[in-house]
Amino acid sequence: MIPAAFEYFAPKNLDEALRLVERHGDEAKLLAGGHSLLPLMKLRLSAPRYVIDIGRIRALHGVREEDGRLVIGALTTHHDVESSELVRQRCLLLAEAAAEIGDVQVRNRGTVGGSLAHADPAADYPAAMLALEAEIVATSSGGSRAIPAGEFFVDLLTTQLRPDEILTEVRVPVAGRRSGGAYRKLHQPASGFALVGVAARVRLGEGEKIESVAIGMTGVAAHAYRAATAEQALAGKKPGAKLLGEAAGRVTEGVDTLGDMHGSAGYRRAVATVYARRALEAAIARAGGKTA
Amino acid sequence: MGLEIQVQVNGKNYQSEIEPRLLLVHYLREVLGLTGTHVGCETSLCGACTVLVDGRAVKSCTMLAVQADGSEITTIEGLTATPEAAGGLHPVQEGFWEKHGLQCGYCTPGMILSAVQLLRDNPSPTEAEIRHAIAGNLCRCTGYQHIVEAVEYAAKKLRSRKR
Repeated sequence: MIPAAFEYFAPKNLDEALRLVERHGDEAKLLAGGHSLLPLMKLRLSAPRYVIDIGRIRALHGVREEDGRLVIGALTTHHDVESSELVRQRCLLLAEAAAEIGDVQVRNRGTVGGSLAHADPAADYPAAMLALEAEIVATSSGGSRAIPAGEFFVDLLTTQLRPDEILTEVRVPVAGRRSGGAYRKLHQPASGFALVGVAARVRLGEGEKIESVAIGMTGVAAHAYRAATAEQALAGKKPGAKLLGEAAGRVTEGVDTLGDMHGSAGYRRAVATVYARRALEAAIARAGGKTA
Repeated sequence: MGLEIQVQVNGKNYQSEIEPRLLLVHYLREVLGLTGTHVGCETSLCGACTVLVDGRAVKSCTMLAVQADGSEITTIEGLTATPEAAGGLHPVQEGFWEKHGLQCGYCTPGMILSAVQLLRDNPSPTEAEIRHAIAGNLCRCTGYQHIVEAVEYAAKKLRSRKR
C-alpha cells in the first residue's frame, strides 16, 4: 500500500504554510502527524496533488495557560496532551480522552489539530471539545476566527474549515470550583476507535444542584454531537441515581444512530446509555458531588 | 522527483534522495537494507513496523520518510549499540530469549522497540502497564504472557544494574 504520487512542501513557519494553502488549498492536504491522512492515502481513498507538511512549524506545538484557558497548539500530540501536568491539573477530561486514543505509537504521532480537522465519527477529541465548549481556531492569510466546537462538526468527516484555512489551536476554558469532567469509552478492540465515547462536564451550584452540564458524544452518529435533551433533563436538578439513569437514557434521543459490523445501532444506543451514566457519575464525583 | 533527507539510523548518518511518497518502513528496508523492521498489516494497527524516532515508538508504515528528515531512528538492528545493551544484547532482547517471548518472531522487533520505550519512560512497570504499553503491537502466537514476562525480566535487569 503506497500512496499516489504528490508534490511535497514542508513550510517552516505559519506564514509560509498559509501562502501554500491559499495557492493550493483545493488540491492540497495538510499533513501533521499523518495518522488520519496517511492511512487514507495508502488506501488511495485520498490522492491529493499537494501535501503540505506543517509538522515542522514549531509555534503550533505545545500547551499553555492564558486568560483562564488552556491553549493547545494544533500539532500537540496525543501523548503530549495525556502526559501534560498542566492538562491533567486543569482539565482531566481532556487528558483522559487523549489517553484513550489508539495506542502508544498512534499517540506519539497523532495530533489534536489533525484529529479535529479529520473529524472521524468515532474519534475521541470531538466529544471532549464539545463537552468542554472549546473554541477551535482556524487561520487563513486573512486572519483567524474562533469556531465554537458546537458549530465545528458538520457531517461525516466534514467540518467548518475552509480549504484556505489551517487549524492552528484549540482554546479550552478552565473550569472553576465545583466542576468536574470525565471521558468514558468503549473501544472497538481492533482499531481502538470509540464504539461509543462520552465526555461529560458538570458544575454544581447552590444546594448541590447541577448548575451547568455538557455532554459530548462520539462513535454514535455521523459526527460528534451534544446530547441536548439529556443535558436539559439534568440542568438545575440534584444528581441522584434515578435522575442520572433517566438522563443517560436520552443521550441518543433524536439522533440517527450508526450501525455497522462492529455494533448495530440498537447496541450503540444501549452502550451509549451505560457510558453516559458512568461519565456523568465520574464528572459529578470530581466536582465534589454525590450521586448515590 | 527526488527530495533529499538526512537521517541518523542506529548511530550512522545517511543522506538519501527519495520520492516524497516513500514510507519510512520502505526507506529502512529497501533503501537502507535494514529488514529487521517488518511490514505487517500496513494499516497502522499491528505494530510490526514499530521503530523509535527521536526516542518515541512510531509505526513506520504510517510515516513518510521525508517526515523523518533530521531525526534519529533506532531499529532492532541498532539495539545492541544502545547504552542499555552494555556490549551484549539489549536487556529486552535478552528477556525475549530467556522467557520465550516469541514463537514465529514476526511481531518481535516492533514489540521489543515498544518495550524499550516503555522501560525508558517507566523503569518499574506493573503488568497492567506493560500490557497497556504493548497494546499497539499484535502477536498471533504467544498469547502475550511470555512477552509480558520478557519485559518484566528486562525491567528487573535494568534496575539491578542501576543499583
